[in-house]
Amino acid sequence: MRKYTIGMLVVNQSGVLTRISGMFARRGFNIDSLEVGVTEDPTRSRMTITMTGEDYDRDQIVKQLEKLHDVLVVREMIPESIVSRELILLKVSASSANRQEIIDAVNIFRNKIIDFSPESLCIEATGETSKIEAFIELMKQYGILELCRTGTVSLDRGTKSLTNS
Amino acid sequence: MTGAQIVIETLIEQKTEVVFGYPGGQVLNLYDELYKNSHRIRHVLTAHEQGAAHAGDGYARATGKVGVVMATSGPGATNLVTGIANAYLDSVPMVFLTGNVPCGLIGRDSFQEVDITGITMPIVKHNYIVKDVTKLADTIREAFRIAKSGRPGPVLVDIPKDVQTAECDFVPAPVSEAVIRNRYGEEQIAKAGEMMRASEKPYIYCGGGVVTAGAEKELAALAEALDCPIGTSLMGLSAVPASSPRKLGMVGMHGIYTATVAKSRADLVIAVGVRFSDRATGNKNEYLKNAKIIHVDVDSAEIDKNITVDLGIVGNVKDVLATLLKEAPTVRRPAWWEEISAIRRYEEENKAKQDEGFTPYRIIDAVNRFTDADTPVATDVGQHQMWTAQRYRFEKPRTFISSGGLGTMGFGLGAAIGASIGSCRRAVLITGDGSFGMNLNELATAVSQNLPLVILIMNNGVLGMVRQWQTMFYDRHYSETVLNRKTDFVKLAEAFGAVGFRASSEEELNAALTKAFASDGTVVIDCLIDRDERVLPMIPPGGTVNDLVIR
Repeated sequence: MRKYTIGMLVVNQSGVLTRISGMFARRGFNIDSLEVGVTEDPTRSRMTITMTGEDYDRDQIVKQLEKLHDVLVVREMIPESIVSRELILLKVSASSANRQEIIDAVNIFRNKIIDFSPESLCIEATGETSKIEAFIELMKQYGILELCRTGTVSLDRGTKSLTNS
Repeated sequence: MTGAQIVIETLIEQKTEVVFGYPGGQVLNLYDELYKNSHRIRHVLTAHEQGAAHAGDGYARATGKVGVVMATSGPGATNLVTGIANAYLDSVPMVFLTGNVPCGLIGRDSFQEVDITGITMPIVKHNYIVKDVTKLADTIREAFRIAKSGRPGPVLVDIPKDVQTAECDFVPAPVSEAVIRNRYGEEQIAKAGEMMRASEKPYIYCGGGVVTAGAEKELAALAEALDCPIGTSLMGLSAVPASSPRKLGMVGMHGIYTATVAKSRADLVIAVGVRFSDRATGNKNEYLKNAKIIHVDVDSAEIDKNITVDLGIVGNVKDVLATLLKEAPTVRRPAWWEEISAIRRYEEENKAKQDEGFTPYRIIDAVNRFTDADTPVATDVGQHQMWTAQRYRFEKPRTFISSGGLGTMGFGLGAAIGASIGSCRRAVLITGDGSFGMNLNELATAVSQNLPLVILIMNNGVLGMVRQWQTMFYDRHYSETVLNRKTDFVKLAEAFGAVGFRASSEEELNAALTKAFASDGTVVIDCLIDRDERVLPMIPPGGTVNDLVIR
C-alpha cells in the first residue's frame, strides 16, 4: 500500500464533481481526499486527489478518470517532485493556565492564531499532511472543540505543470 | 427555430433515419415536429419505452449506426434505464433524448419529474441536461460524437420543455465524426512482433471490439499469417465466419470445449477487443497462467483491468491489427493444429449427445437452413442464448444481436424489431418462454410495423438457466423457476395480430418455418422442448478449464 497523488483539470460546471465521485463509488475506489477549486481560467477547475492503494488502483483510477468527458487532464503527480499543502482551522479550549503553552506550540509549528476568546483559541495551520497530523495530535491534550480540514492540494515543482507534461 | 425544431433538424443533419420512442407530456413539442417531418425522419412507436431502447440498440448493433431513442420525462425516462445500461455494458452507440419539466419546475418534484441525468450517470458514456436553447444543437452533435468515438456507448440528452419551445437561430453543421486515437508506438509493435515470432502455439481471442471497428478482414489476415486458431467472446461471435476452419467457436463458461481448451494450451493469446469478463475467464488467478498475453483494445482502461497482460496496445483495433500483420511471421504450424484436432476428437467422443430428438440444437439447425448469411438473429438471455451462440452458424458480422454484459432478459424482441428495421430484412428472434414473457408486449410493435419477424420460443415451462444452476449447485431446489403458466403462445400471437404455430417435432417445426419464411409478417413458433435440457459444456463460476463439465 502506497500513497498516491493525482492532479486533474476538469470542466468547471455543475455535475462534474458528482460524475467523478460517483465513478469512484461505483468502481469501488477508496480515496483519502479530494480537493476542487476554480483556476485562473474560470472555465476550468483543478482537482487534487490523494489515495492509498496499489499501483493497480492508481492505474485504474487514472484511466477511468481519463474516460470521463469532463476531465481535461489527469495524471499522477510524483511525490518527490511536488509541493503539497493542507489547511486546517482548529478551535482548541484555552485558559489563562495553558494559553501561553498553546501559543508557543503554534509559533513553533509556524501556524497562526486567528481568533481569541477567554476560553478558546482558533488556529490556522497549513503544511504537508505529516505536519498537520502532528499538530492535531499535539492539540488533543488541550481539548479540540472543532476542526475543519481541507484535503491536500499539490503542484509540480519548477516549470512543469499538468498541461505541459 | 424552436428548440423542438432544432432537435429534429439536428437529428436529420446527423443522418438519423429512424427514431424509436414513445410520446408523452414533456415531449409533445418534439412529437409535433416529428409529425411535420414524417417524410424526412421515421418514428417507430413501441409498446413501452424499454422496448424502444432495445429496438434502438438492436438497430445500432445490426447497422453500426447510432441508435436514437426518444421518451418523455419521469416514467418514460426511467423505463429507458435497463436499455441504457444494456447498451453501456455492450458498448453500443446510442443517443437517448428525454423531455423534462420546464426549467422553472425542476427540483420541485413536479408531475412526471425525475433527475434522469442523475439516475443514468453510472450507465452512460456521458449525459447532458440542456437548459439553454442556443446550446441545444451543439450538445446533440456532441452526443453523437461521443456515442460513436473510441469505445462507443450511450449518451443521454435531457431537454426541459421550455427549451423545446424557446427559439434561436439554427446553423447547420456537418455530421459529427468519430474520434479514435491510436496510443501505441513502435516499441509496442516491435515487442508484439517478438512475442509472435517466439510463439509456437498462438491463439487469437476475438471480441466485440473487432465487430465495432469493422476489423474482421484484418483479424482473419493475422490469423492466416500466424496459422493460428480463433476463439471468440459472445460479443465477438459474428466477427469470424462459422465456415472458417480457424474458428473454434465461443470460449468461456458455456464456450465450445475445443475453443476453451485450446486457448488454455496456447503459449501466446492475442486478445483483440475483449474485456476479459468473468464469464469468459472463470478463476482469474489460474486464467492463461502459462501463456503470454497481448491485449489490443481501444479503451486504455481495459488493459490490465481484469487480467494483467504482458503487452497492452491501445488504439483502433483495425489499425493495430493491420500493423501487427506486418510484424507477424508467416508460418505453418502442423503440430499445433494436430494438438487442436486431438482436443476436438476428445470433444466429439465425450460430449453430451444433444442432437437426438426435438432438441434445442436441432431447432437451431432447422432455423439455420431457412436463414441466409445476412439474416440478423437476435436472442434473449438464458439457455436459448447459449445454445444459439454455440450452434448457429454466423457467417457475417453484425448478424448476432444479443445482450452480453448486462444479460437482459426481455432484450430480444425489441432488438429483433430494431435489427429488422435497420437491415431492412427478415429478422429471427430465438427466445425462451421466460425471457419472452418479459417484454412480449412489443409483438404489438412488430405487427403494427408489418415486420417480417420469425420468433422461436424455446418453451420448456421453466427458467432454464437458473434452474440448471439449481440442479448443479443448489441441490435441485427449484425455487420459483417452474413457471406453471397457462400462456398459449399461439393464441397470444393471434391476439396481437401475428401468426402462431406450435411445434413439438422437427416435422411440425419445418412446416411452421416454411410458412413463416414465406410470410411478410410476424410469426411466433412455440417450440416445446424438454425442461431438463442443459447448456453444456459448463465451467462452474470461478472455476478453471480443469473444472469443465462436458456432459
